[in-house]
Amino acid sequence: MPTTAISVAGVAMRYAARGASVAALADMSFDVAEREFVAIVGPSGCGKSTLLKILAGLLPPTRGEARLRGTPIAGPRRDIGVVFQAPVLFPWRTVLDNVLLPVDVQGLPRDRHQRTALDLLALVGLEGFERRYPWELSGGMQQRVSIIRALIHDPAMPRELMNLELQRIWLERQKTVLFITHSIPEAVFLADRVLVMTTRPGAIMDDVAVRLPRPRALDAMSTSEFGGCVARIRARFNAQGGVDA
Amino acid sequence: MTSTRNVALTVGLLCVSLAGWEGVVRLLAVPAYIVPPPSRVTVALWRGFASGLYPRHLLYTLTETVLGFLLGAALGFSLGVAVASSRYIEYFVYPYIVMFQSLPKVALAPLIVIWFGLGLASKVVNAALVAFFPLMVNTMVGLRSADEDRVSLMRALAASESQIFWMLRLPGALPFVMAGLDVAVILALIGAIVGEFVGAQHGLGMLIQSMNFTMDVSGQFSVLLILSVLGLALNKGIAILRRRVLFWDPSVKSRSDAP
Repeated sequence: MPTTAISVAGVAMRYAARGASVAALADMSFDVAEREFVAIVGPSGCGKSTLLKILAGLLPPTRGEARLRGTPIAGPRRDIGVVFQAPVLFPWRTVLDNVLLPVDVQGLPRDRHQRTALDLLALVGLEGFERRYPWELSGGMQQRVSIIRALIHDPAMPRELMNLELQRIWLERQKTVLFITHSIPEAVFLADRVLVMTTRPGAIMDDVAVRLPRPRALDAMSTSEFGGCVARIRARFNAQGGVDA
Repeated sequence: MTSTRNVALTVGLLCVSLAGWEGVVRLLAVPAYIVPPPSRVTVALWRGFASGLYPRHLLYTLTETVLGFLLGAALGFSLGVAVASSRYIEYFVYPYIVMFQSLPKVALAPLIVIWFGLGLASKVVNAALVAFFPLMVNTMVGLRSADEDRVSLMRALAASESQIFWMLRLPGALPFVMAGLDVAVILALIGAIVGEFVGAQHGLGMLIQSMNFTMDVSGQFSVLLILSVLGLALNKGIAILRRRVLFWDPSVKSRSDAP
């Protein structure tokens, strides 16, 4: 039995908005095993971002609890790597300095992590770019920089990104990944398991296991397993009148 | 833009306008105490520099301006940081600063001369007071305009507020700060000259006033020319600093990309 990396138990979230209280998440529960790649899909406005903020420790849930390797998430944690949908880089820092940002924030010795950073840059094909600035890179290259920044201090999970590069990094580094997206094909292509969310207030309504061998090439998308999973999730979306992207 | 052809065109245009000015003044026999021809302004300029009169006063005005600029920049920057980081300071102090700014500060110059004397100090204070406000506002806006996603990233990394300030907000505010300095350095020159007009023993502003009493209009034109070159040079200095500091900013990058 694999150990649990992320566990979400009965998490609910209500926002106070002009006197009225709006439910964003209603009773979310799921587990992500160590080294598992789990994708969460849901229509826009289903509370995906709220869930993300709770897991990053940026927002305390109204009810329930999220745990990372057994300890409750009570604030921002240094063993979680964050990757945003768009590459969030600092233009005044070189590529290497951007990757080392978490190291600087934590006040760790730079020389020890510099080796790791250079290895990671080589892993994503950015060897020789370490002294360049982000604006000298293409969008895809910038996204790869932001992914490996999330891996520099050996965290549990980089999240929310729209890049197939992730599969390769994940296979090589064996991280636990929780990937949040609104794209069904992308979720099925990347994940071992896809959790489907309902519209607001968000809750998990389905848990779809994707039995596709790894590493997956793009032609995995033409298999019946891929088609079956996408169809099942899309049917879930349509049942509640949601639209998928 | 700086091709040989364009430089030649610029110089040619300057020569043509100077010749036109000279021609019109001579043709219409305009007295030199109303509008002097460029030839007389050149002579006045030459004499002023040869006698050492202009360099001495130029150095004095430059010193006042630079010191006033530095003092005003320090004041503007610190106030900007204070107002941007504290809601209380913004609520309780900022309205007074705006009130002070709404006052035409040139009108304060006589008071400042009474308080700080006829020497260097009153001009430095005057220059600083005129110069500080745009930098303060720009610093404030710059610090507050940090990108949301970048702030979220820093928070997710468990960065402290002071780390967010030093590693994100401050470098992110630099384009605004540099734009503020651009304006402030010219305002400092204005402040220094106004201070000299009210009461001074040295400086180009004082020189203009004494020339005015003797109807030396050619002299005044020549000093005005020095002042505009001085302003241009100060501005250029900031531009060089800006390119150094903001090598990563689109405003600088696109300029260096341009032909």
